[in-house]
Amino acid sequence: MGLGLGVMRTIEFLLLIIAILSAPVLSDLILSKVERRIDLTSQIARIASTIKAENDGSSSVSEILLSIPEVQAKNLAYLTAKLVEGKGKAKTSGVALAVEPANPKGMPPALSFYTMILPKPLANGDSVTLDVLAAFTHSLRPFPEKITQADIQLVVFQDTAHYLSPYPVKVQSLTLKLPDARIESYTKLENTKGLGSEIKYGPYENLPPFSYSPVAIHFEANQAFAVARELVREIEISHWGNVQVTEHYDIVHGGAMSKGEFSRLDYQSKPQIRGASAFKHLVAKLPPRAHSIYYRDAIGNISTSHVRGDSKKTEILIEPRYPLFGGWKTAFTIGYGLPLQDFVFESEGKRFLNFSFGSPMHDLVTDSITLKVVLPEGSKYLSVSTPFVVQQEEEVYYQFNALAMLMEPFMLITGIFFLFVTCIIYVHVDLSISKSSASYLAKLQWDDVRATVQQIQNTVNQCLSTHEKLEASLRDLSRTGDVQACKAARKATDGLLKELSKELKPLISFLQSSPPAAHILPKVEELVAKERELQERLMAKHSTIVDSYEKKLGGRETENRVASVQQKIVALRQDIEDLMEYIDEI
Amino acid sequence: MASPESAVNGPTMTAGAASKSLRNAFGGVIAFIILVLIGVLAFSIRLFSVIKYESVIHEFDPYFNYRVTQFLSKNGIYDFWNWFDDRTWYPLGRVIGGTVYPGLTLTAGTIWKVVNSLNIPLSVETVCVFTAPIFSAFASWAAYLLTKEVKGPGAGLTAAALLAMVPSYISRSVAGSYDNEAVAIFALVFTFYLYIKTLNTGSLFYATLNALAYFYMVCSWGGYTFIINLIPMHVLLCIVTGRYSSRLYIAYAPLVVLGTLLASLVPVVGFNAVLTSEHFASFLVFIIIHVVALAYYIKGILSPKMFKVAVTLVVSVGLAVCCAVIAILIAVVASSPTKGWSGRSLTLLDPTYASKYIPIIASVSEHQPPTWPSYFMDINVLAFLVPAGIIACFMPLTDSSSFVILYIVTSVYFSGVMVRLMLVLAPAACILSGIALSEAFNVLTRSIKFQLPGIAGNPSIAVRMWRKENGSSTVVAPNDIPKTEEAAKEKPAKKNRKKEKENVEKKPTPSKTEKRLLVLPLEASVIAVLLLVLLGAFYVVHCVWAAAEAYSAPSIVLTSHSNDGGLHVFDDFREAYSWLSHNTDVDDKVASWWDYGYQTTAMANRTVLVDNNTWNNTHIATVGTAMSSPEKQAWEIFHSLDVKYVLVVFGGVVGYPSDDINKFLWMVRIGGGVFPHIKEPDYLRDGQYRIDAQATPTMLNCLMYKLSYFRFVETDGKGFDRVRRTEIGKKHFKLTHFEEVFTTHHWMVRIYKLKPQRNRIRGKTKKSKSSRSVSSKRDVRGKRNPWH
Repeated sequence: MGLGLGVMRTIEFLLLIIAILSAPVLSDLILSKVERRIDLTSQIARIASTIKAENDGSSSVSEILLSIPEVQAKNLAYLTAKLVEGKGKAKTSGVALAVEPANPKGMPPALSFYTMILPKPLANGDSVTLDVLAAFTHSLRPFPEKITQADIQLVVFQDTAHYLSPYPVKVQSLTLKLPDARIESYTKLENTKGLGSEIKYGPYENLPPFSYSPVAIHFEANQAFAVARELVREIEISHWGNVQVTEHYDIVHGGAMSKGEFSRLDYQSKPQIRGASAFKHLVAKLPPRAHSIYYRDAIGNISTSHVRGDSKKTEILIEPRYPLFGGWKTAFTIGYGLPLQDFVFESEGKRFLNFSFGSPMHDLVTDSITLKVVLPEGSKYLSVSTPFVVQQEEEVYYQFNALAMLMEPFMLITGIFFLFVTCIIYVHVDLSISKSSASYLAKLQWDDVRATVQQIQNTVNQCLSTHEKLEASLRDLSRTGDVQACKAARKATDGLLKELSKELKPLISFLQSSPPAAHILPKVEELVAKERELQERLMAKHSTIVDSYEKKLGGRETENRVASVQQKIVALRQDIEDLMEYIDEI
Repeated sequence: MASPESAVNGPTMTAGAASKSLRNAFGGVIAFIILVLIGVLAFSIRLFSVIKYESVIHEFDPYFNYRVTQFLSKNGIYDFWNWFDDRTWYPLGRVIGGTVYPGLTLTAGTIWKVVNSLNIPLSVETVCVFTAPIFSAFASWAAYLLTKEVKGPGAGLTAAALLAMVPSYISRSVAGSYDNEAVAIFALVFTFYLYIKTLNTGSLFYATLNALAYFYMVCSWGGYTFIINLIPMHVLLCIVTGRYSSRLYIAYAPLVVLGTLLASLVPVVGFNAVLTSEHFASFLVFIIIHVVALAYYIKGILSPKMFKVAVTLVVSVGLAVCCAVIAILIAVVASSPTKGWSGRSLTLLDPTYASKYIPIIASVSEHQPPTWPSYFMDINVLAFLVPAGIIACFMPLTDSSSFVILYIVTSVYFSGVMVRLMLVLAPAACILSGIALSEAFNVLTRSIKFQLPGIAGNPSIAVRMWRKENGSSTVVAPNDIPKTEEAAKEKPAKKNRKKEKENVEKKPTPSKTEKRLLVLPLEASVIAVLLLVLLGAFYVVHCVWAAAEAYSAPSIVLTSHSNDGGLHVFDDFREAYSWLSHNTDVDDKVASWWDYGYQTTAMANRTVLVDNNTWNNTHIATVGTAMSSPEKQAWEIFHSLDVKYVLVVFGGVVGYPSDDINKFLWMVRIGGGVFPHIKEPDYLRDGQYRIDAQATPTMLNCLMYKLSYFRFVETDGKGFDRVRRTEIGKKHFKLTHFEEVFTTHHWMVRIYKLKPQRNRIRGKTKKSKSSRSVSSKRDVRGKRNPWH
């Protein structure tokens, strides 16, 4: 099985080589030294090359071509080149070079080309040293493609031992760094050395352009093969002080497909053996001072996450709902808020958001990403700068008037204000259609009547409270024996009651004159009459008691004298109360 | 803040004095603020679930409602009415638009739409989660209105405050509990309010509103039959007790006509609104009220002599008509097998009906009769206040108070039949307790006010009081002379005073007449007020505890506290649903017991065989049969239904008691009800349900046992089940027709896949032999697998 696959690949490469050999030599550039280091410790193949180029021709050269086989080029995720200045130990990588896709003529079709534009042309005999870093995703192919829960995951990586370049290479070497685990097999060429988890090819000398020597490394890789098939990031700016980031992930385990049963028992008892290929968690490195972090999916919060933060970063460890085996998928959303001043700056009257473009997750391959930036309402003159290749950051420029920030609160305030104004107007405006209609007039009259009845009731109530003062004076009498004070109280109440009954007269006469009050009038009149009677009785009772007190009669006798009056009083009170309630109900 | 004592503000408003209008306005503002605060209280007490857990839909049915709301908000109202759901009841499907009470979903959908059109980007889920708390606030306001109509604003405020936090209602309306009852209780109380309002005012406007409110109730919940039976009962009561009036006619007749018309517009009700027995009472009373109205009318226009003649005429004709109608009714009713009653209604009328005939209804825990502690848990001190409220309603007995009495009596009965209907009891209990508390406070605070030195502030009350005081305790006016009723009533009060001091809470109730107020001694009143406040405080404490601890768990997430105070979350259900939704094909069919049907369709978006709708007993019985059968037969049943995955819930590892093994006997019963080869005694050893070594071989070989306990023994070496607290009977076995594809972290959900059929590799002769044996087996099996 493995053999068949290898053969296929070899044929493919042979074709490639044939194609390559037929291509013309491009210029007089010679690569005097090429060192390549390939890091395969994660699912991303990172190829760091140090290239020393010499101009051997007559004309000066201003750009250098990089060639990548098409099979790999489609997996290329990242490519940068930097000039190295200085020599020996004082080497520092300096200016970043512009790297652009190129399509030089007469080149074999199975290769993709990129050109690095030098800051100043390379004159004859001069040399330059470059650091080229390329990262490839999906270049580790699981092999076998399907494993069970208990199997370890093996992957194959293929590349060429000779540096594939349109220029002749004098000296070159290749180092492969593998994860610290089993190495199943690797292609053995001359000058091949395996040292622990490192494999070294070379040095090879004086190879022509387009030299190609395929190598395949088959090794164990149990690290997380997390692939985000789709990532949607939303950055929402609020000038109230917050940048809200929401990221929707659609994750799949991109390693060898899992087949057969999944046994939780095996996974729990021996997670290292029976679940070696699965990954449990992902780590996201968020900017410092991230707050309000949440982690959820379509059906609710996911409780398995931990946040650690310091002044440089906020690290969040998220566990999906279940461990992911090969081919298993999951989807989730994380969101967090960031302080506005850390990411939105102002220059020359414009504001700009400076934010990293990619996912903050460690070791996550993103197949497709959509980034949405939501600017506040009222933003104008948008422009975006996304210098992808140079740095993974983007800048969004826009103009925003700070006053626009107050727009929404203002709208809210206005809305509520108008609501109240409408209420006030509604309450105060008479909405009846016809002012002269009978029912309207009747209503007005009825309102008057009601007000009058209310006044009468109030007056009667006042009378009643005055009565009560009278009774209180009697109580005082029985306690203190002060007859004079009691008499004075009676006089005072008498005057008060007279005044009140004066007040009642015009009200009653009004009621008598108003037709709608006809049905209520008898009751009101009865009420007033009863009240007057009650007054008289109370006065009588009062004077009797005072009298008997003055005559120093015994309590028993007094009671006997008062009894009949008292009975009447009680009855009258009852009647008045009933009448009041009856009128109330009307 | 909205504790019952605030309701005292109500009574003070009635005080007639010079500053009455100002006082009224002031009282109105206070009452308004209190109502707003009650609304806030009702909303916020239900947020414990969001604070303690998360903003998530709870339990089972809410997931279905949530899914329907999602569909509605996505596809619009017309698609919703026409929605045929092919992801459930496979292969039958379900017509959602015609079988669902749409009130809740339409409400939430409308809220969502309005909010989004205002550029407030709330998700459908958020709206669904918070619908129930919002409507609880509405419900408490409706309770205020209703009680205000019955006994004045003071009682109204108290009732609203009580309803805002009654545990029984909280249990159904915490944030996330997105179920019909959440809006239905509001609709119920509001309909009753409008009925009472119409009854008190005789206004056709309110009568129309009443019919509309009834329509909303019909849209929301099957419990609308309670309204359409209770109101006729009340009307009948009024007629019988001679309280017929034109107001009663206006309150009732439009409701029946408009209400029935509107109700039949709801697809799930349709012609049931005139065909089923639940509605007949209303029509019967409709006829009666017309006869009575006619009688009153004729009485009005005829002289007494003529009237007697007319009575004989009408009675004879009326009897004939009645007989004819009754005969028709009986014929119609008798023609239907359940006598025109739906199964659930019959369960209410005959509490033993479901356990005899419909195990599916009986198997639901919320359809069991409640226990006494559950009354205390759900309505707490209200249970003691209700009798006092009933007495208060009798003095004086008005149309509206008789309605409240009827409401409490019927709802107490219904709550006694089904624990779920405790929910109908709760508003009634709150209203009556509100009345009781309010009246008690009324009496007590008046007594206190009267006896405090600064009485001048409230002259009219003071006067009334003074009169009584006069009659009973002044030296001048002895109480042996007056022979009026009043003094006679006051005498026992005086005598009882010492007794009452010991038993203050009960005291206010008997003395609660408006006209003849007793004045209680100052100390007794103060103590009584304090005790009532204390009682209210107990109630509040209990309600908050119930809201926070007892009723806020969403049931899809479980938590436990570890010894060091940490919180351990059991999120297994969502783990499994999430796995299903991401790692199986979108058209795969998942078989599980019906409890998990709604959740599977909503959370995992996979087709299920049966769900919580339980409309097709045979289908559920098929799944029950498969679960109770040996592996091979089960495989055949499931395979014939295109099932790819089987999901079982197993609590044996962590001690989660409501798992499938504990529900298994219901599967056997329901399955056996349709497929007689499943016999319950086969699964019981001496009448006992057990899974240990004593268990029957049928039990140990059935699919449910095997799927639950597959490789369980390897966890601890003994196979100790922490729910059943025993070692399992059969420990080491292999599955031949199923393979484990997923088990959640705490083993609570286990998902198995049906193994594909084996390739035929045998020789030709053997093959024919085996096929013959298979066919013969099939004949023998007969009804075992209904899909062959």
